[in-house]
Amino acid sequence: MWDKIKNYVTDSQVWKSVIRHGYPDTRRNRVLVVLTNVFLHLHPTKVPAHSLKLSYTWCMGGLTFFLFLVETLTGVLLMFYYRPVGEYAYNDILALREHVPLGIMREIHRWGAHAMVITVWLHMLRVFLTGSYKPPREFNWGVGVILLTLTLLLSFTGYLLPWDQLAIWAITVGSNMARATPFVGHEGPGSKLLNPGLLGMEDIPLIHATDDARFVLLGGPFVGEATLLRFYVLHCVFIPLAAATLIAVHFWRVRKDGGISSPTDDFSQKPL
Amino acid sequence: MAEQPQSPNVEPKPAALGAPEARTRRGFFKWLGGAWAAFTAGVGMMNILTVRFLYPNVLFIPPTDVKVGLPEEFQVGQVDTRFKDKFGFWIVRTEEGFYAVSTVCTHLGCQPNWLEAEQKFKCPCHGSGFYVSGINFEGPAPRPLERFRIVLADDGQILVDKSRKYQHELGQWTDPEAFLRV
Repeated sequence: MWDKIKNYVTDSQVWKSVIRHGYPDTRRNRVLVVLTNVFLHLHPTKVPAHSLKLSYTWCMGGLTFFLFLVETLTGVLLMFYYRPVGEYAYNDILALREHVPLGIMREIHRWGAHAMVITVWLHMLRVFLTGSYKPPREFNWGVGVILLTLTLLLSFTGYLLPWDQLAIWAITVGSNMARATPFVGHEGPGSKLLNPGLLGMEDIPLIHATDDARFVLLGGPFVGEATLLRFYVLHCVFIPLAAATLIAVHFWRVRKDGGISSPTDDFSQKPL
Repeated sequence: MAEQPQSPNVEPKPAALGAPEARTRRGFFKWLGGAWAAFTAGVGMMNILTVRFLYPNVLFIPPTDVKVGLPEEFQVGQVDTRFKDKFGFWIVRTEEGFYAVSTVCTHLGCQPNWLEAEQKFKCPCHGSGFYVSGINFEGPAPRPLERFRIVLADDGQILVDKSRKYQHELGQWTDPEAFLRV
């Protein structure tokens, strides 16, 4: 009876169109499970036993990815209620606590964000301590550094969205750093070099407070409603898309560079 | 090309696109070069315009020139906080005249509050304190608050011009337009 049902299910067209291989009880089928799935195939088909040891990896990369998924899911849910307009933003944040069931959704998003910053740093520390940045994995270290930056930028842009005094002044202070951007920040090194003095316009600087890097970031000369909208779009669309893309590259590079590093790796050899 | 017909297959002359010459190797690359240059120029132009897209043509922000009222409307010894939130300055009336103090903290750019009882500007972010003159005396602020250009307009009102600022550490507070004598 059991076998009959089983065979009926596994012989059906639906089953066969989804599952393209037998049970993963042979080497070949285990490899096929990974190879025939667009998500799993970013991962190596086989991993060495030590890479599953918590004492070696701390699972920090995995936790960071898990938190990224949590942030994506909770973030999309929060978008159903939050409006990035000066008139509504702060009240919507209060409403998320008071007017909806599971009022801690925003807190989950916030705690997850803090946790993700911590795990991403610890992941970097682990990779450093195990020498996993060495060839042939130095490219992936570079990808990871960009991902770290994107994580911090996600944290920074999300900070403004509650639109309270803490948020506004924190972003004011933080974005003041962009004044000092080389060449394209109006108080940065080299910005004076870009002045078109040759054209007889010595007193009209090319880079000034209303056209420099900080201005692009804020959408104005100071933190205002344009900034709220810009940070919202960066936080919810642009940076997550960039991060998701680079995460895929990051995982793929692990596979292509022979899985995660091993204590027995011979780093004295140059890669081919 | 037509000048040196080395290959018997090359037919001489007409050059329009699609014409026999364009189908020669050299003609094709000539065409390709032009097309590629045009394409590159087009993409380059589009990139420039895309960057320009980030800069709006209109900003909905308060004006930098503000008429704050007639001199008689201010009390000696008072710090006027009415213009703080919208325009970003305080008007201070002293015995000798007026000056306009910027509300941007010289530490990291927050907005201090005027504390009447303690007669000081105090920044809530990191605790910098400034005397009524704008001179810093406590907290991490490295230099005094800046002052804005302040003059009398034609109609007798006090005009504050935020596009010109005066810094004490550069000796600019002695500038005649940094302080309005009455």
